[in-house]
Parts: sequence; structure tokens; C-alpha cells
Amino acid sequence: MPDFCGIQLEHPVINASGTYDAIVARKVFGDELLEDFPFSAFVSKTITPEPRAGNEPRRIWETPAGMLNSIGLPNKGLEGFLAEDLPQLADLPVPLIVSVMATNREDFSRMVADVAARDEVAAIELNVSCPNVHSGLIVGENPAETEALLKVLRPLTEKPLIVKLTPNVAAPEVVAVAAESGGADAVSLINTLKASAIDPATRAPALAAGHGGLSGPAVRPIALQQLRVVTAVTEIPAIGMGGISSGADAAEFLAAGATLVAVGTESFRDPKAGSRIANELETGVYQRSLRI
Amino acid sequence: MTAPFGRRLCEVAANQATGGYRIFSLLDREGPEPEPGQFYMLASEEGWGEGGGRPFLPRAISVAETAPAKEGIRLDFLIEGVGPGTDRLCELEAGEGVWVTGPLGNSFATPKQVNPVAAGAILVGGGIGIAPMAIWRRHLVEKGIPLRVLLGFRNEEHSGGLDELFCSGGTLCPDVGLATEDGHAGHQGYVTDLLVMMLAGDDAASAVVYSCGPPAMLEAVRALCSEHGVACELAMESPMACGFGACFGCAVPKPEGGYMRLCVDGPVVRGDAIAEVAHA
Repeated sequence: MPDFCGIQLEHPVINASGTYDAIVARKVFGDELLEDFPFSAFVSKTITPEPRAGNEPRRIWETPAGMLNSIGLPNKGLEGFLAEDLPQLADLPVPLIVSVMATNREDFSRMVADVAARDEVAAIELNVSCPNVHSGLIVGENPAETEALLKVLRPLTEKPLIVKLTPNVAAPEVVAVAAESGGADAVSLINTLKASAIDPATRAPALAAGHGGLSGPAVRPIALQQLRVVTAVTEIPAIGMGGISSGADAAEFLAAGATLVAVGTESFRDPKAGSRIANELETGVYQRSLRI
Repeated sequence: MTAPFGRRLCEVAANQATGGYRIFSLLDREGPEPEPGQFYMLASEEGWGEGGGRPFLPRAISVAETAPAKEGIRLDFLIEGVGPGTDRLCELEAGEGVWVTGPLGNSFATPKQVNPVAAGAILVGGGIGIAPMAIWRRHLVEKGIPLRVLLGFRNEEHSGGLDELFCSGGTLCPDVGLATEDGHAGHQGYVTDLLVMMLAGDDAASAVVYSCGPPAMLEAVRALCSEHGVACELAMESPMACGFGACFGCAVPKPEGGYMRLCVDGPVVRGDAIAEVAHA
């Protein structure tokens, strides 16, 4: 049973933020979802201080061994989440990790304090792939911004703070070290890779937003390398993710130093991918040679 | 009614050419009977993403008909090969495996559920969009609800499925009217020409219109119904990675602002619940 920042989990497979709506999935699949919940902890979709409708469609595009998305973080906002979603997420049979994002330190502080104050919440993930409106810098792309944000947020709660690292930097390990210095309890990586596609029929960008984030098996080797360099220079636990589709993939990430792994895009193809991968890990079916 | 949790392996029961399309039948041993309008996420067991490349995501396909089978139920889909995913489904042979999640999404409501004073139904299908109209037509007939079916096709090749889904004993069902753009059968022109004539009738207000077809046709149907004060339900399509509300890809704008997720808030949508059907 993995111990993640003092939280005991049944197995090492959780979901990537924004890739599973457990409330809606329960409506679609019924209580069978709860009886056979695919993940050992549940990470919410990112919530922001105010409600967001999300981006104009088209939002997704299939690419070789993966997909692009530019969803735009649709969510009910902090108040709506606490009032409507959190009580329903509390019914899940696993610990809850809430992902939060804001564009200034005051809003970030308010979100962390309000979310951490709720007993239903086991840990908080900080989505730092957003600009600080004061500096204009993407927090997670800048070590100083990341460390400064953590120094503000760290005193607000004793609950674990997880920093979701962006892969869109030259040296993710430098940002990871900054997060650790600022007091982060863990890092999770990778977020999606900035990417685009063009519809060859129309010669226009495939996504309405022009570009999006790439996920799926296409990103897996990149994610694994970023995980290796981050875990080499940090002491805090890491949640590894990026195209994990099987127990064999998960085993690679665990071998590269991850304490937990997260599944995202594969859940779109297989709603029970999380439990399948956990089972494949446990039974060791991944141990067959992958060399040919 | 909920769907079984997770994907399950079904077997291709048959895969027959019909015009430019395929009638693609699966044997589903576990799933509940789908409601008209619902869809499934389909991906072949072999040759779907495991070697990299495409197809990668499962494809959302509306169910065209279902019938009891020896073990379980048979699910029929109408499929046109228009890309790597549908091409792969089209080439599968009987006995091969298909990963299936579903039935997913909502379903058509009876005329009375939509409008308490409505007595009958007008079904408007275009091209491959005739598929959900077929299962809905059968349900309405079984419920004894008066109906009229209007189907439109570009040409004979694109009228695949018509013989299998709307004919009985080799003859077109008497409640079905046709419009074809090339004039090879029925009225020469658009199926919406036929709808205009029906909506001009005295009893149009006592009907509910149900439609599925290309986006431009659906938008024309929505606008006509709105103009004539007739309620309508549209079975829509939108890019979809998961089918169960997880990916947020299938966003459709709502008139009051914001978006619905078509996989769980649809695919059947009331005409007045959307601003318009986006079309090129």
C-alpha cells in the first residue's frame, strides 16, 4: 500500500486532473462506479476563483497515439465547487485531491485556505500553468515565481501541497527544486505539451483556440525523461503521468522514481483503465520483455 | 438506466455493404437494450492504437436498430468510412472483437413528453443520419403513435441503410417519404422541402419533429420548427473522446451562454435548447 505524503492508498494509480468527471460518470454508469472505483485517490478538475464556461469548440483533435485538447478549464468556480461538487465527491471511496488555479497570489491564497479548510479534502494540487497577472509570467515556467507562490501558500495549510509541473520548459527540474524550496510536499508531472494540428482539408488550425495540449502515448517517453531528471534532484515524492496506458507503462514511471502514477487520456478509451493498470502492475504482467 | 461500467468486448455479428455505407452488427452479451437516440463508443480490439498511430480514440456511433439474439442482443450501426476509425470498423469481419462502452447519452422523448398536446411525430433523417430514426420509428410504431418519416439523400450511393432499415418485404414502408438531391427517387430536392409542406398543414402544431442528419440540414430543421412553433428534438454529433463526460471535448453552446456536454446532456437536444446547429 503506497504512502503518499502520509495518505495511505490502496494502489499507486490515480487520475490526472481534468480527465475524469466522477460526478457525471456516476450518473452514466451508476453506483458500479463507486463499487469498482478505478483510482486510489481522485483528483478533481481544476477549479478557479470564478466560474468559467471553457473554450469555444472545436476543443479536441485526435493525433497519432494521442490527442490535442484546449478545453479551457470549464468549472463552477470556488463557491460553486464547495457548495455543489465537493459534497458529491465526498461520496467517493478514496481520498480527494482538489486542483486549484488562480492568476494572482491573493486569489490562490483564498482558494487554498478555503479548500484546505474542508475535511473532505486530503490534499491540494496547484495548477501553475497559468500567468501571474502582475508579472505576466507563467508561474510554472519560472522557478522564482513558483518558489514565491509556494512561500505564500505553504503557511496556509498543513495538508499536502502538490505542484503540477509543466513540461513546456527547458529544465523542469529547476522548477521542481524551486517548488521544493518553497515548501511543496510533492510534484506531479507532466501536464500536456503545447502542440497544434492543422486540418489539411481547410488549412485552418484544428482547434478553435489555435493550439492545445498534447496527451496520450505520444508524450510518454518525454514524460518519463522529465520525471527522471526531476526525481534525480528532489527529495519530495513525484506523481508521474503522461500517456500511461498499461501496467508496463506504469512500471516504467515507478522505476523512474514516481511514488504514484496518474492516468488521463487512457480513461477516455477505457473508463476502467485505472483499475486495469493497477491490476496489471500488481500481477506483474508487465514484466515481459519490451525489447522487441 | 445506466450503462455497464467500463468497456466490454463484443463480437462482430455481421458487416454488410449497403450503398456507400456498412450495416455493422455486434453481438452484445451483457449490455441493456439501448433507447432510441443513444450511442456507443466503439473501437476494434485489434488494430486500434496499440501500435501507435491512428485510430486512437474510440468512435461515437448512434445505434440504428437492436434485436434479441441467441445470447444477448444484436446492435446494428450504420457506418461510413470517412477516416481511420470508421475505415477500421468498416473492414472488420464477423467474429472479430470490438470494445464497446454504452449505451450512452439520453434518448428521444415521446411527443406527449415533449408537448402534452402533441399527438404525432414527424421524423426527418438525412444521409447516414437516418440511423437513429430507424430505431425510433419502430418504437413509435410499437407505441401506436401516428408518425410520418421524411428521409433525404444526396444520391443512391448515400442512401445506404434505406433498404435494411425502412423497407419491409422489399417495399418502402408506407409512412416513409423520400427526397433525393439527384432525383433518383422521391421528390427532387432537399428533405426539408417535404418538411416545409408538412409544417404548412393544419395539424402541424400537434406534432413533434425528430431529426438527425448533416449539420446544415439539422439547422434548417431547427429553424423551420422554430418559425412554425413546432417542438423538435435533434440528435446531434460533436467531436468526442470518451462518451461519458470526462473529456469535455463535445461542447455545444447553449443560448443563455456556456456549453453543454453533448455526450451526457445529449446527443438528443431540444431545438430551443441550442442557439443554432453549427455548420460550415
